[in-house]
Amino acid sequence: MIAFLVRRLLQAIAVMAVVALCAFFMFQFVGDPVNQMVAEDATDEDREYLREQLGLNDPIPVQFGKFALNAAQGNFGVSYQHKRAVSTLILERMPATLELAVTAAILAALLGVPMGVYTGLRRDGFASKVIMTLSLIGISLPTFLIGILLIYLFAVILGWLPSFGRGEVVQVGAWESNFLSASGLKSIILPAITLALFQMTFIMRLIRSEMLEVLRTDFIKFARARGLSNRAVNYGHALKNTLVPVITIIGLQLGSLIAFAIITETVFQWPGMGQLFLQAVQVVDIPIMSAYLILIAFFFVIINLIVDMLYYVVDPRLRVDQPTGGGHG
Amino acid sequence: MKRTLLAATTALAMVVAGATGVNAKELRWGFQTDTDSLDPHAHAVTFTIGFLGNVYEGLVRRDADLKIEPALAESWTVSDDATVWRFNLRKGVKFHNGNDFNADDVVFSFKRIADPDAQMKTNVASVKEVRKIDDHTVEIITSAPNPILTSRLNSVFIMDKEWSEETGSTKVTVMDQDKISPAGQTSMGTGAFVITDRTAQVKTTLVPNKNWWDKTQHNLTKVTMTPVKQDSTRVAALLSGELDMAYPVPTQDINRVNSNSGTSVLVGPELRTIFIFMDQASKNLFGTDTKNPFLDVRVRKALYQAINIEAIKKKIMRNLATPSAIMISPKLFDRASDFARYPYDPAASKNLLADAGYPDGLSARFDCPNDRYVNDEQICQAVTSMAAKVGIKLNLSAKPKAQYFKQVLNPKNRDYHVGLIGWTPGSFDSHNVVTNLIASYSDEKKTGRYNLSNNRDDRIDELNPMIQSEGSKAKRDAMIAEVYKRVHDNVYYIPLHQQALAWGKRDNVTLQQRGDNVFRFRYVTIN
Repeated sequence: MIAFLVRRLLQAIAVMAVVALCAFFMFQFVGDPVNQMVAEDATDEDREYLREQLGLNDPIPVQFGKFALNAAQGNFGVSYQHKRAVSTLILERMPATLELAVTAAILAALLGVPMGVYTGLRRDGFASKVIMTLSLIGISLPTFLIGILLIYLFAVILGWLPSFGRGEVVQVGAWESNFLSASGLKSIILPAITLALFQMTFIMRLIRSEMLEVLRTDFIKFARARGLSNRAVNYGHALKNTLVPVITIIGLQLGSLIAFAIITETVFQWPGMGQLFLQAVQVVDIPIMSAYLILIAFFFVIINLIVDMLYYVVDPRLRVDQPTGGGHG
Repeated sequence: MKRTLLAATTALAMVVAGATGVNAKELRWGFQTDTDSLDPHAHAVTFTIGFLGNVYEGLVRRDADLKIEPALAESWTVSDDATVWRFNLRKGVKFHNGNDFNADDVVFSFKRIADPDAQMKTNVASVKEVRKIDDHTVEIITSAPNPILTSRLNSVFIMDKEWSEETGSTKVTVMDQDKISPAGQTSMGTGAFVITDRTAQVKTTLVPNKNWWDKTQHNLTKVTMTPVKQDSTRVAALLSGELDMAYPVPTQDINRVNSNSGTSVLVGPELRTIFIFMDQASKNLFGTDTKNPFLDVRVRKALYQAINIEAIKKKIMRNLATPSAIMISPKLFDRASDFARYPYDPAASKNLLADAGYPDGLSARFDCPNDRYVNDEQICQAVTSMAAKVGIKLNLSAKPKAQYFKQVLNPKNRDYHVGLIGWTPGSFDSHNVVTNLIASYSDEKKTGRYNLSNNRDDRIDELNPMIQSEGSKAKRDAMIAEVYKRVHDNVYYIPLHQQALAWGKRDNVTLQQRGDNVFRFRYVTIN
């Protein structure tokens, strides 16, 4: 187990280094940060001075080396645009993104699982067909469009919910939370639904097909033959067996929720990390872009690691096999 | 919570102290970005400086019509050779912390803004020295005669020297973690409004400065500024009543905001001029073996006359543009009415092309930003199809501004044939246009940094320094007009239009819309 963990952690570091390297080379094509910073009538000398200050005249491998060395010590530099430490900026924004992503994940699971079970059990029922048809919308409509439609309906026409922002946040230690004030709670509803919609339909469809699969297997037939009640068969045996892959998927999707919150955050002016990143791209704020990408890689790596370990715990067969076999397909 | 509470209490205390039984008048304002930081000297960003102008003040300021008027200086005199300016400072002015404003603050602020790391340093590029004469008199000495010095001083914000020393803000932030200036997160000005609370990128709250030296015109008790990046969300927040004022409103949403009861869009001309440049220096078109056709004035004029500017105004700008014959807004040059555009005339274009030796037309690359100016990419598409009709085949390449400017703004490597750009003169004066856009490029003389057409006109180069130092307005205007006439006759550039401002607001809000897209709270009243 310890060897497994150590190996995984080493892999994690390698992944993050590769992400940083790729990101760094990509930045050469994003544009020129200097033009975004100087006054329109700045002289060539002014520009050259700034270029030198930012270290942009160094060869790219040197720039990367400096960056990696600092990053390893937790120093991601100063944002070109905001002139503040990047680590502070990102830490300030992290609670907003994490609260939104976790709320969306819980919402997706709480609604997706029962709907999946229902449509799996009654796949020819009228309600099932309605749910399945509606789920197509969740899968196919782009997030920003759903967001705008929700804003238009609930904020402009009905006037029930705010169209943007986080409302009043309450400070708990270093963490700013949405969940402790009425306006904060109202503010998170629309973005969370927008972000959850795709995941919800995804989970629902996954559970449905797993249910259909499991219900056909022999042990279910035997369970019925033993005269167990429908409830015991459906929930005690069938659902339980579908949940193993579903837990994995939900775990992995949490990473995507954090990473893909960018669009939802932009539509709802949600002050999270994704929005910070998008603004950074527009003004070529390289320190923020690199730190964000590494952080997201870190989240993915950690979540994968946890999922791998869950597999190890859940599935007894893996403990007998070589531990490195614990992939997740 | 603590911070919110504290802010609320402060705001409340000030409201109670300031208002005498009047209802709270809060202005909730949304713009597409936040200020980069609160440092008044670090960023050369129109919005950041425009916003901070509510909190900080310069020796002079601009009124609603952009005319220079006294602010922290009550009056000034200038020596005959226009190199020594003496400013008499206003007495009894206090910073928001109660400190007195005096000559030391002025000397300190001019030093701080001249730092190589301060992007606003271009505003004091002509200043050689700032001298304290007594507590309420300073002299500014310029390195060359500069009759329009004050046109730049409205952006040189004065900070409190004592406060800056106490907080460690005497230098602007450089790109070093350990040297971050606290002035980026807090502010200490003399202006009409005081920032009480700020969460960067989320919300900034201001209340009126009770001890402001000038007579108060507004009736506000509180202002909150929230960045709302997405156009549709910003418009929705205005329609739903969550914002009292929001801009910019995209052209396609103007009717919707106007038809909604309780909101409307205030439209006015912006100072920015949008124009087309054509490389007139390279022998061959960049990156090809084809002879550069734009060396010939007839080809340039053919492109000019192929553009149906009225159609662009109507169909693309939805009438929110003013076609322009010169390279500056008519608001900023009194003799603008002397000029008229060449008429739209495709037949004449074809003749010109034939005369120039291109009876079968020609082709060139056309570079364009797609996220910088109002409808920039659509304008370029329209120009491309209009030019095609007379035989000029433009290959359009539109890209985000960060990549576009990297490509075209490199005087050492002119990687373009034809392109589109916009310009607002930072000093609101023609000399800025002449020296940056029209005079030929010279690293040494610091001219023509933005002369993207690469034209070289000796007469203009001769006039440029004369315009800079000429004190008589009539003579100066005549010289400027001569430059614009040469640009027009030789078609060094093709001016297109001044785009319009579109500010959305609730009907109970009255305000002044400035052509530089700067919003001053001191003109706002809410009924």
